[in-house]
Amino acid sequence: MISISSYVIVAAVLFGIGTLGVLISRNIIILFMSLELMLNAASLAIIAFSRELNVIDGHVFVFLILAVAAAEAAVGLAMVITLFRNKETLNIDRFNLMKW
Amino acid sequence: MDLTSASINFSIIYPEISLLIAAALILVSVFHKSANRIAPYIALIGIVVSIAMIFKQWGHQESGFFGMITCDSFGVTFKLIFDVTALLSLLIAHRYMISKGINRPEFYALLLISTMGMMVMANTTDLIVIFLGLEIMSVPLYVMAGFAKRSLWSSEAGIKYFIMGAFASSFLLMGIAFIYGASSTTDLRRIVADFHFIMSNSPAYMLTGMALILVGFGFKIGAVPFHSWVPDVYEGAPTPVTAFFSVGPKAAGIAALLRIFIFGFANVMMLSTVFWVLAVLTMSVGNILALKQNNIKRLLAYSSIAHAGYILVALTVGGNDAISAAIFYLVAYIMFNLGAFAVVTLMETRSGCKSDFSELVGLAKVHPYLAAVLTLFMFALAGFPPTAGFFGKFYIFSAAIKSGYIWLAVIGMLNSFLSVYYYLRVVKTSYFDSSDKSFIPVKYSLSIIIVLVITVIGTLGIGLFPQQFLNWSQSALFAFL
Repeated sequence: MISISSYVIVAAVLFGIGTLGVLISRNIIILFMSLELMLNAASLAIIAFSRELNVIDGHVFVFLILAVAAAEAAVGLAMVITLFRNKETLNIDRFNLMKW
Repeated sequence: MDLTSASINFSIIYPEISLLIAAALILVSVFHKSANRIAPYIALIGIVVSIAMIFKQWGHQESGFFGMITCDSFGVTFKLIFDVTALLSLLIAHRYMISKGINRPEFYALLLISTMGMMVMANTTDLIVIFLGLEIMSVPLYVMAGFAKRSLWSSEAGIKYFIMGAFASSFLLMGIAFIYGASSTTDLRRIVADFHFIMSNSPAYMLTGMALILVGFGFKIGAVPFHSWVPDVYEGAPTPVTAFFSVGPKAAGIAALLRIFIFGFANVMMLSTVFWVLAVLTMSVGNILALKQNNIKRLLAYSSIAHAGYILVALTVGGNDAISAAIFYLVAYIMFNLGAFAVVTLMETRSGCKSDFSELVGLAKVHPYLAAVLTLFMFALAGFPPTAGFFGKFYIFSAAIKSGYIWLAVIGMLNSFLSVYYYLRVVKTSYFDSSDKSFIPVKYSLSIIIVLVITVIGTLGIGLFPQQFLNWSQSALFAFL
């Protein structure tokens, strides 16, 4: 039996990779993947806790989170397409119309 | 999940349901050729019915959906706040959308769904439902920010808002996961009941969870150091949308923060220090960066960061006085901020306007009343008596002093002195500056006039009868949870 802490460590590492990806990557599609990775890390943690604590709620939450992630991805990709039509690039450094 | 009270109790979500029905009707009507014209009216009816439902709920204390949705006076007060915000934003938006050629019916449906999400967020004590409410609120907002899809500015604002919003939601969700792991429930009431046990059992999970949740909400309400997206998104999005999300999501975020941190985790010692630092940073950075802005929308963006800071002062202090002051301030802020945005929107309905300061020159000569109204809102934002802004700040800072947070109050007051400079710069530009370009007159529309009348009455009314209004916001805290 793998202990709960290993699951939490994996989730935390995934979350960290996702965060780094959002902060570092310059391509919007990679950035999206990193965002999804962060959500999935949270789902993994919830599933692991739910199994460990023997409370079934967590399993249901993960379904809700999947639905949310799908909605976010749909909206996000649609916005990337409108942006690409306007600007013909996916590099976020080029989206610098507004700066202080 | 509380399975013993096995009832659904639909009556507590009637306000949400009426918004949702209106949104669904609009989405169906898209196929009709006059959908553009009828959509705003359907939305208007939905919001009015929803407000009527809220008044029927007033003073009730119920819970339903197996304890996952609560209906208490705190939540009902916030429902009313969201509905009023949606109503005013709708009235501001209508003419603007037509003048920019983006008056499509989806917009009104998105506005209603987003408002519904805020209501869900403020009316629950369950962390997962708070997360769901937040997403129902945010996803339509991303679309609304990028609604002018031919405009580079708007689509850039949309994508920036989306990335930061999704980033913040993941932090929030990870925080919820940790708290769930520590306490085996996501219901705040049960977490509070066993708080000391949970805290001594697994402090690491609990504290990590709280920190992540705080980061998530910090992004959502635009607190420094999580504010970098605010000015860009506010500037790029269509102005009525900016008006909506300078107050709506902020109020929802504050409501959730109050539920989670003031009611839920109030016993954690370091928390008030963390909030102290956040409040001071948010006020100061917001005000200092606002000083050198040359675009009114950007200026109002930084000013909204600063105002979030003042509300965070109230959250730092905690206690009934401060929280009722925070609600007072929130309502007052909605009035004068939406009023200011209504004026800016009206200016932008002229073609080719980007809300630079130079476009204000000559306003007072051509439109003396509009200039007077703008001046009133700027005075209210800066906190001059007898406007609502003065009493909002007064109650927050006096609550802070009463609870011994002298330095916090002093820093807050210094900040509001600083803010006078940039708010009065708007007034000075519209009254005293001159340029060779003549001012292009604006065309009033009935909806904007209604908004201006409501917001002026609100700003002055709250300022002239602050005590009655404070009593009202204290009654919101009656039986807080």
